[in-house]
Amino acid sequence: MESIVARAGLWLVALMFAIFMFVNAVDTGFAIHMAVFGLAALVGLGFSLVKTNYLAAATGTGVALDQGKYDDDLVRAGVILTTFWGVVGFLVGLVIALQLAFPLLNFEPFLNFGRIRPLHTSAVIFAFGGTALISTSFYVVQRTCRARLALPGVARFVFWGYQLFIVLAATGYVLGITQAKEYAEPEWYVDLWLTLVWVAYLAVFVGTIMKRKEPHIYVANWFYLSFIITVAMLHLVNNVNLPISVFGSRSYPLWGGVQGALVQWWYGHNAVGFFLTAGFLAMMYYFVPKQAERPVYSYRLSIVHFWALIFLYIWAGPHHLHYTALPDWAQTLGMVFSVMLWMPSWGGMINGLMTLNGAWDKVRTDPIIRMMVMSVAFYGMSTFEGPMMSIKSVNSLSHYTDWTIGHVHSGALGWNGMITFSAVYFLVPRLWGRERMYSQRMINWHFWLATLGIVFYASSMWVAGITQGLMWREYGADGYLVNSFAETVQALHPMFILRALGGVMYLSGALIWAFNVWQTIAGNLRQEEPMRQATYDPAADRPLVAAE
Amino acid sequence: MSPHSTYETLRQFADSWGLVATFVLFVVLVAWPFRPGARKANEEAANMIFAEDNRGGDYNGE
Repeated sequence: MESIVARAGLWLVALMFAIFMFVNAVDTGFAIHMAVFGLAALVGLGFSLVKTNYLAAATGTGVALDQGKYDDDLVRAGVILTTFWGVVGFLVGLVIALQLAFPLLNFEPFLNFGRIRPLHTSAVIFAFGGTALISTSFYVVQRTCRARLALPGVARFVFWGYQLFIVLAATGYVLGITQAKEYAEPEWYVDLWLTLVWVAYLAVFVGTIMKRKEPHIYVANWFYLSFIITVAMLHLVNNVNLPISVFGSRSYPLWGGVQGALVQWWYGHNAVGFFLTAGFLAMMYYFVPKQAERPVYSYRLSIVHFWALIFLYIWAGPHHLHYTALPDWAQTLGMVFSVMLWMPSWGGMINGLMTLNGAWDKVRTDPIIRMMVMSVAFYGMSTFEGPMMSIKSVNSLSHYTDWTIGHVHSGALGWNGMITFSAVYFLVPRLWGRERMYSQRMINWHFWLATLGIVFYASSMWVAGITQGLMWREYGADGYLVNSFAETVQALHPMFILRALGGVMYLSGALIWAFNVWQTIAGNLRQEEPMRQATYDPAADRPLVAAE
Repeated sequence: MSPHSTYETLRQFADSWGLVATFVLFVVLVAWPFRPGARKANEEAANMIFAEDNRGGDYNGE
């Protein structure tokens, strides 16, 4: 009974604190965010009061948690939310693609491009990707450690606290609250909240590894752990900010000038390296072998892949600052490490693809495997393109152009998106005890729509980026630039429309995915022709008798 | 020590002993799975993911 009172009291304190901050707020955005905090505390209070079994607490006859089962409640919620955030993120992406093609679609001030572009990037990376990472890590760490999730209460705080972070970040962008750092837009108080959530995440993950029943820590957990630790480090260093007022949303960073730029891109590139690469590689190293029903091609290679990635990625950030005030040696260092990264990346890609060695027919018969193969192939493609673009002479053409945008999307839509979709397709039937997904053929449709969407996206951005780069650097005989900026924008218009078309296809695939997930959870099975069946002709199935 | 000499000291450490130490650490870590007798451990680790039943928490087995 004391624990119920204590828990309710804690929620009440949180609520009072939010009200106190709300009343003293010096700007509207901060007040709104404190109201969101208060609302979250109120919801938490309501849940802990309604969900408590008072009879059991009074008589001391509670039902103990079944230690013989995995703790999958959060994974189930995570799969649903991953699907939801995915669709939202892709939809916002399509909207901003259309805004670039048709500027009329900028609705001032809340829905202009400047405000909803970070909404898109954060929705896909942190909401869709982050929720997928947290929920799959909870699933995988339990299975590979053969142990129930440690600190279940803290795990619930991590999961829902992270969702609150997403809501705060997203509403902040629309309200114009941003510290204007790529992938690190949320302001100081949201950063503090995320720090709290992340430390708790580390505790849950490490706690589960510590109570493992397996002698070895499976390699997927190495990747998840490096993702959790490195993101904590990056987040802390890049957000050393001094708020103007503790009751206001604005703050100033401690790092200034080129040091600030370097810290930002050290953060930014390692967000790609450890959030979008290491974390998703953890998914690859668990879900691809599981779906293919074969162990990873080379376990040793996976360890080499891991350490090479850890030791190289962290130095690659300066390639975002070529030809800037950053010292030349630092630019060269960033470039050299980026080029070296090509090797472990392709080692990992080969490891993922060769896992299918001897089972390549599954690419034809199993649409989930097909999606995984495409995802790993895109991992290989974008980790080839990235090192190439980090070379200074290539970068002098590609930097600041749409080529970069195309590169990011072949990685994000191809690699991160596809591996997440296939992980969800793997998880949903298992988590809800269904025989299979509602429809295999819809997975196939999703696969083709997504693949074609990426092809439209990436190729239009290649053309747009190179066009842009060449037009920007074109000099006339008189030594003046030939093209004005507006002329380059005009030249890109058809490419922007093609990009939006790619977005329409990718989003339609995601809608089919969401429908399929929903139907599977609802317990329906679509009656359909199997993907492939060897033909059988009973008339031909008899011995030949020699003609008389 | 002036801030500039702090920078110089750190930079010189970084491109000498720091570099050597990091490189040696890297080589040791990468060589570790190739040590004699590691094959069996690697194989067991690679196959352990198939030992589990792999059903969700509220699923009862059958």
